[in-house]
Amino acid sequence: MTNLTGFIMPDLGPVMPEIVMTCLALLILLSELVIKRKETIAFFSIVSVAIVTYLLAGSTGTTFNGMFIADGYSLFFKLIFMLNVILTVLISVKYIVIEKVNFGEYYSLILFSTLGMMLMASAGDLITLYLGLELMALSTYVLAGFLRHDIKSNEAAMKYFLLGSFASAFLLYGISMIYGLTGTTDLHAISSYISQKGLSGNPVLTLSMIMFAVAFSFKIAAVPFHMWAPDVYEGAPTSVTAFMSVGPKAAGFAVLGRVFLTAFGAARIEWTGILIPIAILTMAVGNIAAISQTNIKRMLAYSSIAHAGYILLGIIAGTSEGMASVLNYLFIYAFMNIGAFAVVIMLRSEGFKGDNISDYEGLAKTHPLAAALMLVFMFSLTGIPPTAGFMGKFYLFMSAVSAGYTWLAVTAVIFSAISAYFYLRIVMYMYMKEPKTAVQLSASPGIALALAITVIAVLLIGVFPSKVISVARIAAGF
Amino acid sequence: MLPELFFGYFAAVIILLSVIVITRRNPVHSVMWMLLLFFHIAGLYLFLNAEFIAAIQVIVYAGAILVLFLFVLLLLNLREELKVKRFVGAWPAGLFITTAILVIVLGAVKSFVPGPAGKYSIEFIKQETHTKALGKLLYTDYLFPFEIASLVLLVAIIGAIVLAKRKTRSK
Repeated sequence: MTNLTGFIMPDLGPVMPEIVMTCLALLILLSELVIKRKETIAFFSIVSVAIVTYLLAGSTGTTFNGMFIADGYSLFFKLIFMLNVILTVLISVKYIVIEKVNFGEYYSLILFSTLGMMLMASAGDLITLYLGLELMALSTYVLAGFLRHDIKSNEAAMKYFLLGSFASAFLLYGISMIYGLTGTTDLHAISSYISQKGLSGNPVLTLSMIMFAVAFSFKIAAVPFHMWAPDVYEGAPTSVTAFMSVGPKAAGFAVLGRVFLTAFGAARIEWTGILIPIAILTMAVGNIAAISQTNIKRMLAYSSIAHAGYILLGIIAGTSEGMASVLNYLFIYAFMNIGAFAVVIMLRSEGFKGDNISDYEGLAKTHPLAAALMLVFMFSLTGIPPTAGFMGKFYLFMSAVSAGYTWLAVTAVIFSAISAYFYLRIVMYMYMKEPKTAVQLSASPGIALALAITVIAVLLIGVFPSKVISVARIAAGF
Repeated sequence: MLPELFFGYFAAVIILLSVIVITRRNPVHSVMWMLLLFFHIAGLYLFLNAEFIAAIQVIVYAGAILVLFLFVLLLLNLREELKVKRFVGAWPAGLFITTAILVIVLGAVKSFVPGPAGKYSIEFIKQETHTKALGKLLYTDYLFPFEIASLVLLVAIIGAIVLAKRKTRSK
């Protein structure tokens, strides 16, 4: 016997960006020993992300017996993750100095978390999916508790960890049921087995889909599995909150779309029945609870819950047009949400927390530029033209209408009108009230660059939306 | 009949022990009950013809992890812990939801149809031996997940060091 196992080395081409990302994240982890200036490490992490982005373009295909799929769908999500890292690192550099947690591990944990998201987006097998999710989640738990001396940050990490493990348990329970039912963990094999044996409608299959929906709802912060979000978003360092509100949410949608549309494609009627109530509840609770918030991070947490509700509409539509609008929206959401958080971070200075909504009173008088930027992001989050947020919502609701869910789209529009109240309240505070306290802005080249990128993107996509949506349409044709 | 009895015993005891573990006032007692719980889980694995996993369960969980738990507990001030209430006020709601889930699961399980059997039958494993079959799979078909798992462990170590060892307010 020459070859004991009959093992053939799998094709590493499609997985190359992930391999390079791992190596670079490890290098950055080690570089902290020799590089004393943390700004250099931040710069290196942006360079690594640029290298990985460059590699992404040339790496497509399926490898490891279908466990890893690099297609247009995963590529688009990975671009969102890369964008998320770049913007987060840019807004972090000064902030983590102010918070006195200027450690190099911060950047490597962000990269490891992103690696987990990339694996999730590319997962063709439930085991890979689960492990990618754990890698992402574990790094984010640590990041949420990064302010060790801050009791709220500890609370955030603890809550996120406990509830996250609980959600993982649900996911594993769902996976075990599917494995028992179909004898496989491969998404395509599950799909063909279900349609072959006519399993759709089987209570065990439905139960397992509920388990998946619970676990993924937790990751995207959908009601009733959103309880952690306000506390975690408030307690975690603001830069991490910005990172969490885009990356893990997008990764959650990546697996939600892939699992429900690919593996459970035959049981669509059942899972739309599960997701529709979740979507309506999410929009309702997110938008209504946001009204009474006094802390801007909590308000943005509820806002991010509400946005998860809107995005669910695209998944419920179940068409490739719906998926394209999900991709498009998540791309836009990355810009507008991190932009808003960048302004929140600017208000944080030595000895001043600056995360109360009342701190924004009269900002237009003292810092007109910052107020104008916040205005653009708030308009975009509300969905007022000509910002990108409007186009994102437009495509989402259109896809729901063309899939026959007009009433759902109407509900979403109503809730989105409610959301105008709390977004525009910030604008009103900034422009129509007198400043009470002299707010010091802690600007830095990094934040300036991040704000420039986000505001230009929000306005540009708002005026010329066709480019992004056409790329998203190609990506969603899986 | 005998397999059902065997399984029934282990399943019932596992549930009972889990309830005991979370209701004990003294954490040290909880850990001790957990030890017994882990042995019963190992018994369940044996029942499923998974001797290797049963052995690992005893060595890693019962042997290593629980001893660590005990060390940590002995470093804490248990007198404080004894006075803290075990459950939050909302536990009846939790009990209600769990019972509802249990009823749903029991209702659904009736229509369970097992999927096709894979090639790793009991005879195959007996011929191959457990460790060999498992090792082969881990390093060939499941090489990719295996590598990701190693990264998960690495992140856990980094996280533990960052959160526990780093000097706060440095610089």
